[in-house]
Amino acid sequence: MATKLVKNALGRLVPTEVNGKKQIPYKGVGKYKPDYRKYAPPVASMADFPSGNKLVKDLKEALIKAGLKDGLTVSTHHHFRDGDLVAVQIFRIASELGIKDLVWFPSASFPCQTEMIDYMENGTIHHIEGSLNGPLGRYCSEGKMKGMGVLRSHGGRYQAVQDGEVVIDIAVLAAPTADPFGNANGVTGSSACGLLGFALADSQYAHKVIVVTDNLIEFPCIPWQIQGNYVDYVVQLDKIGEPEKIVSGTTRITKSPDRLLIAEMTAQLCLEAGLIKDGFSFQAGAGGTSLAISYYFEQMMREKNIKARFARGGSNQYLVKMLEEGLVDYILDGQTFDLEGVRSMRDNPRHQDTSPFTSYNYHGKGNFAQFVDIVILGATEVDLDFNANVNTHSDGYLLHGIGGWQNCLFSKTVILPIPLFRDRIPVIRDSVTTITGPGELIDIIVTERGIAINPRRKDLLDALKNTRLPLKSIQELKDEAEKICGVPEKPNLGDEIVAVIKWVDGTIIDSVRRVIPK
Amino acid sequence: MLKSAAAGNRGKDIRSDCYVEIELRKSGGIQLELTSKVDALFGQANRQLIANVLDYFDIVNARVIIEDSGALPFIMMARLEAAIRQLIDTEKEYLPELLPENCYSTARDRNRRSRLYLPGNTPKLFINAGLHKADGIILDLEDSVAPAKKDEARYLVRNALRGNNFYGCERAVRINQGQRGLQDLDYIVPHWVNIILVPKCETVEDLTEINARIQAIKQAKGLDYPVYLMPIIESAKGVLNAFAIAGASKNVVALAIGLEDYTADLGTQRTREGNESFFARSMLVNAARAAGIQPIDSVFSDVGDQEGLKQTVTESKAMGFEGMGCIHPRQVPVIHEAFAPTDAEIDKAQKIVNAFIEADEKGLGVVALGSKMIDPPVVKRAQKTIAMAVDAGKIAENWRDTYGN
Repeated sequence: MATKLVKNALGRLVPTEVNGKKQIPYKGVGKYKPDYRKYAPPVASMADFPSGNKLVKDLKEALIKAGLKDGLTVSTHHHFRDGDLVAVQIFRIASELGIKDLVWFPSASFPCQTEMIDYMENGTIHHIEGSLNGPLGRYCSEGKMKGMGVLRSHGGRYQAVQDGEVVIDIAVLAAPTADPFGNANGVTGSSACGLLGFALADSQYAHKVIVVTDNLIEFPCIPWQIQGNYVDYVVQLDKIGEPEKIVSGTTRITKSPDRLLIAEMTAQLCLEAGLIKDGFSFQAGAGGTSLAISYYFEQMMREKNIKARFARGGSNQYLVKMLEEGLVDYILDGQTFDLEGVRSMRDNPRHQDTSPFTSYNYHGKGNFAQFVDIVILGATEVDLDFNANVNTHSDGYLLHGIGGWQNCLFSKTVILPIPLFRDRIPVIRDSVTTITGPGELIDIIVTERGIAINPRRKDLLDALKNTRLPLKSIQELKDEAEKICGVPEKPNLGDEIVAVIKWVDGTIIDSVRRVIPK
Repeated sequence: MLKSAAAGNRGKDIRSDCYVEIELRKSGGIQLELTSKVDALFGQANRQLIANVLDYFDIVNARVIIEDSGALPFIMMARLEAAIRQLIDTEKEYLPELLPENCYSTARDRNRRSRLYLPGNTPKLFINAGLHKADGIILDLEDSVAPAKKDEARYLVRNALRGNNFYGCERAVRINQGQRGLQDLDYIVPHWVNIILVPKCETVEDLTEINARIQAIKQAKGLDYPVYLMPIIESAKGVLNAFAIAGASKNVVALAIGLEDYTADLGTQRTREGNESFFARSMLVNAARAAGIQPIDSVFSDVGDQEGLKQTVTESKAMGFEGMGCIHPRQVPVIHEAFAPTDAEIDKAQKIVNAFIEADEKGLGVVALGSKMIDPPVVKRAQKTIAMAVDAGKIAENWRDTYGN
């Protein structure tokens, strides 16, 4: 497969065509402006839904009625994170029906979906457009997927659907509660998982929408986070997900002293830089270090009598506690990371559910991420220009999806608290294996051995002139890590491109190459 | 000698370490079976390192199995050497490069508020230990190392003293008791150890033997840096001999108490209130003070109980102790906070130091505060109080800029 490559604005070689579709190389932050209209799905008619009761016998019947056939794009969502029970069922049915070359378009994938490898092996799935991590990432990285993987941020996924870059033929929405009309929510029912925001774009733009629930109630299903007016079929199943597994192992404050140290330094830095002040806002996502940072924020806010206007979730028990104690006025939540988050979202009007449209979509008239003062994110690698990678491991393997990471870069101060090296693998590189986000949007790297502030942020450097925190240049940090670990060798990568990383505006920011195991 | 030997650790939870198994053979060259978590990035470097070590010990025919969990070079070197030295009789040592930043000595009377114990055969805990700002770290060869791992821990601790940056912490090693402890000295004294913790010290003679060995090593190697001792009193007999031990030699700079073993020796249980050890602790503080050295308290072993730790340190300070042992880095700030001078102490110290500086600027030989003369030792203590207050973040380093305004 000869792919034509061009150099994008970050100097990365990216394909001009992916899975048969023409592509635009990344042009720089805010440089690419769309000049087209939004995608429009076919217009439906009430005449086709005379009773408003859209119940069908089972998922298989719904898929057949929705016109499942070779080559279609089928979407699912990750509201249950690693507890999802629906996505694999769809492709199991497709496989039994002998259908080939589907595109799976999940909002994120999880280890519970490893079975999808079987359906790629037998030709049911042509390729995945969504996060590629764990075994799926490994499969793709070794060049075994038929088509090219396409990774997008949560906001980028909304943008791609809105702009018609991805046309969803069939969207399957797993909803903890729904009525026969298709109104649905995620806050009630025995499988309550919080919100259904990731499915919003799918409900609006997919040609056919199937709602799958294990708690079918009489009309009306209130709140209707998803409106039945978009829905074609409703299916009742015994169980759609295991909500206890939305707690994906990253929702406890870390006990690691090294990570706590990084968290403490980060919080102290925010305080000294004057970022923690009355009316401020922050986002600290899942992950033990992020949670610890929220914890330190909380201590500081209590001690100095500071209140935050809002916190951006991933909500969890710690954030909920802050809301309930009045330390933050609102939680604007993109996804609930534990069951306390679900409870709060259901019961507390100050805990607002959001969608990738309101929070993250770049092709809109602004989004909420712009209003966040402090955002705490992770990264597997950062380079000397502060470009960062969250997708691939330093050995080249796809490791993580993008999530909301790229979208959060538009917040006012972006901080990456990361260990300087992990098991001898340095985090700061001459050049990152994959660029997920451009350095011009990344402000501070906090490591256990020092803090590097992007020289573009003169205001922060000024504010921290007299700090006792260990400020260093990013080059100094890199040298320090290499002195301890050694200078890393280059991983063994082939020429073949196995996946592309989309920027928030739909352009291609980087390509992922095939890994050749040594 | 053995035909095959192993060293190091492997398994799913092992990090920053490696497992080495070497079987000597008569022919066939080196058969290396290396699996490494970091092979993509350090595969060549590791192969080179392994070849260098084998070559140094003249091993030409062997099967070498290595499971690497991201060991840093100095760690992998120690594991290889530990396996090899079970197989061949040699005096040769494969030493990692001595970091220039590790060549420092410490002052007799430096702060010893916190000393962080690091199990001597668990290298992942070494790497960031210095970042937690304990006054000292202790590479432990004694109780935290399993009997079967005692030999290999020596190479690791030696290499850590040379190759791992502890960022200015006082670097201590707790040696074993008896003969093994004396041999331990050979592995640590030549490598810039600052202070040696002597466990279960009961008599002056315990220290005499140790000091003789230290002297011999220093002389043979031409070393002129100080090697201090901190005896740990852990028995009834030790408590009764505390004063003699404290004054046993000039390099004894602190006296610590180990309450787990002490209470066992008394035939009682350690309690939170600590009535059972009140005599011993009091005796130890007295003995140390009488000998002009630092009294150091035991460890607080419930890592989860920060509140209990805080109380214990506060009591400890009130009894006259100057420091405590830590078994987890999160204990360090709590201990430093509790040992930090109080506002009243800082206030008094600021007055004294200020008066001293003003007197000095005026060229006066005598420092007075109001009508009271201040002796030099009082000034010195006040200066130390100020330094501790700055260190604890209670006052700014340039506090005098705004003092009296």
